[in-house]
Amino acid sequence: MTETIVSVRNLTRTFVQGGAGGKQLLKAVEDVSFDIRRGETLGLVGESGSGKSTIGKVLVGALPPSEGTVDLFGTRITPQSRDRAWKPLRHRVQFVFQDPHAALNPRMRVGQSIAEPLEVKGGMSRADRHARVEELMELVGLPPNFLDRFPHEFSGGQRQRIVIARALALNPDFVICDEAVASLDVSMQAQIINLLKDLQDRMGLSYLFIAHDLAVVRAASHRIAVLYAGQVVELAQRSDLYQRPLHPYTRALLDAVPRARKRQRPPVLGGEVPSLLNKPRGCNFSTRCPLATEHCRQVEPALREVEGRQVACHLV
Amino acid sequence: MTDKLLDVRDLAVSFRTDRGWIPAVDSVNFTLGEGDALGIVGESGSGKSVTALSLLRLHAERNTRIEGQVLWRGRDVLKLSRGQLQQLRGSEIAMVFQDPIHTLNPVLNIADQIGESLRIHQGMTGAAARRRAIELLDTVRIPDAARRVNDYPHQLSGGQRQRVMIAIAIACQPKLLIADEPTTALDVTVQAQIMELLRQLRADLGMSVILISHDLGLVSEFADRVMVMYAGQPIEMAPVDALFDLPLHPYSDGLISAIPDLDSDLDRLPTIAGSIPEPTRRPAGCRFAPRCPHQKADCRNTVLPMLEAGGGRAVRCTLHVTDKRAVA
Repeated sequence: MTETIVSVRNLTRTFVQGGAGGKQLLKAVEDVSFDIRRGETLGLVGESGSGKSTIGKVLVGALPPSEGTVDLFGTRITPQSRDRAWKPLRHRVQFVFQDPHAALNPRMRVGQSIAEPLEVKGGMSRADRHARVEELMELVGLPPNFLDRFPHEFSGGQRQRIVIARALALNPDFVICDEAVASLDVSMQAQIINLLKDLQDRMGLSYLFIAHDLAVVRAASHRIAVLYAGQVVELAQRSDLYQRPLHPYTRALLDAVPRARKRQRPPVLGGEVPSLLNKPRGCNFSTRCPLATEHCRQVEPALREVEGRQVACHLV
Repeated sequence: MTDKLLDVRDLAVSFRTDRGWIPAVDSVNFTLGEGDALGIVGESGSGKSVTALSLLRLHAERNTRIEGQVLWRGRDVLKLSRGQLQQLRGSEIAMVFQDPIHTLNPVLNIADQIGESLRIHQGMTGAAARRRAIELLDTVRIPDAARRVNDYPHQLSGGQRQRVMIAIAIACQPKLLIADEPTTALDVTVQAQIMELLRQLRADLGMSVILISHDLGLVSEFADRVMVMYAGQPIEMAPVDALFDLPLHPYSDGLISAIPDLDSDLDRLPTIAGSIPEPTRRPAGCRFAPRCPHQKADCRNTVLPMLEAGGGRAVRCTLHVTDKRAVA
């Protein structure tokens, strides 16, 4: 049994919306639980407003949880203990963002950018840092002599490699990739996903792989959680999820992916994600679900175990 | 094709920069018949959007040089006066862009924005224009159109904004709709709705459509024919099924196999090594040669035209073509 490195229980994150007189609580993430083991990738899929990026921000310590607990490497982070608990963990959790263009300082040579976390952490001589940066460049498949160049001299795919090199500088255990390949061309997406998997094999990294694109998530992940309006609607092993999606929303998401030579065009899912300030009464998906019954519209389904996975649907 | 709506010949576009003129696109040739749906596919920097914008001369004129011919029903768009061009834009040829939040005016309501093109092209004003705007919102399936027509862009969701953009585009019943990455900024389920809408409008209004996208899957569900571009040139043109059954250009092949598969648990994705060359550093011969798994000795210095490949196909590569005849 491999060690569980991330354990999220009943995580809820709320935001206050609006100003004087009209304050409302917006639940961006509601009662979300999952584990990630060492060397494992959990894919987190959802459309805009599903809460996937908020979960990423909580796991990297950028946002405190409003309710629930997060255990990272056995250290519990609660809404109260957040600041103290985080300090010794920071370097073990890293983040790769969507836009490698915005994530790199345009006026810093890329070698400097990659060395920055090492400088901040301290305890390394200049020569050691330089050697480490060269090693990191090689690790992500870039020629070490490129480290004196500026970000604009690189393509989007190469820039994302640089961002990954920087994320790995402090030997993290857990990397959160938030739409890490979304801004790249297909041929570059494949290269970066392969790189992330190679690094996982070599370094035993765990990933939370956040994406809106189901095809990309399948290639990158071992298990996948599907989010809708801030809640997990299905969490399953990837082959189970893709071969036989149980939740009607998972099915609709899969059907919506444009593909060459589809045998037949599945029906298009109507409507849009409900406003988080004005969620429907029963199941969040009931306003769009082709199978919804009166029961679905009245009673919120709980997430439960079905055939080795978790699903939140009355009809499964 | 008997009714040629659009006939693009040797289109080439270059831009003026601090470092002189930079060639963006060249050797673009294609035709479009009435009711056709053509997909233009390529990665960033392939020249697909530059090509599309040139068809309506939407580039800043001072810094752009467009050569070749863009024959719209026999008339060369590149030679039209400003006035003539204005008549064409929005009435006969309309365009939908990627990002509806940047293409809609934030301080005008929907009725005004749809009404603008009705006023310019059809002299429609006041109550008539408003009635027509409501009708158009209905056509693009915005519920409660009579009320929503008074909304401002920020009151709409991303998908609804793109529906409004489409309503504006079809307001004057154009013969050709150019859609440049119309769903890239949208969620997948909303993307599917918008593509379904475009499919229905194409059938109902008998429009021709040019769909530009980086997403081969999306294009394959919509277009009849596909033009694949690489580093500023078309490199393959084929009916959509034929392209997926047997891509003739190694780049098309690479692009198709790089699409992550929804039907299998591949642990390693096929990739194309390297990246697209910058416009100033394009190889002299075949532009794909440095990345090509099939490259031969003379690929790097032979400039190839599009070669006839039978079955309505053409390709800028000799790998699968025995009888090397340039497309007429």
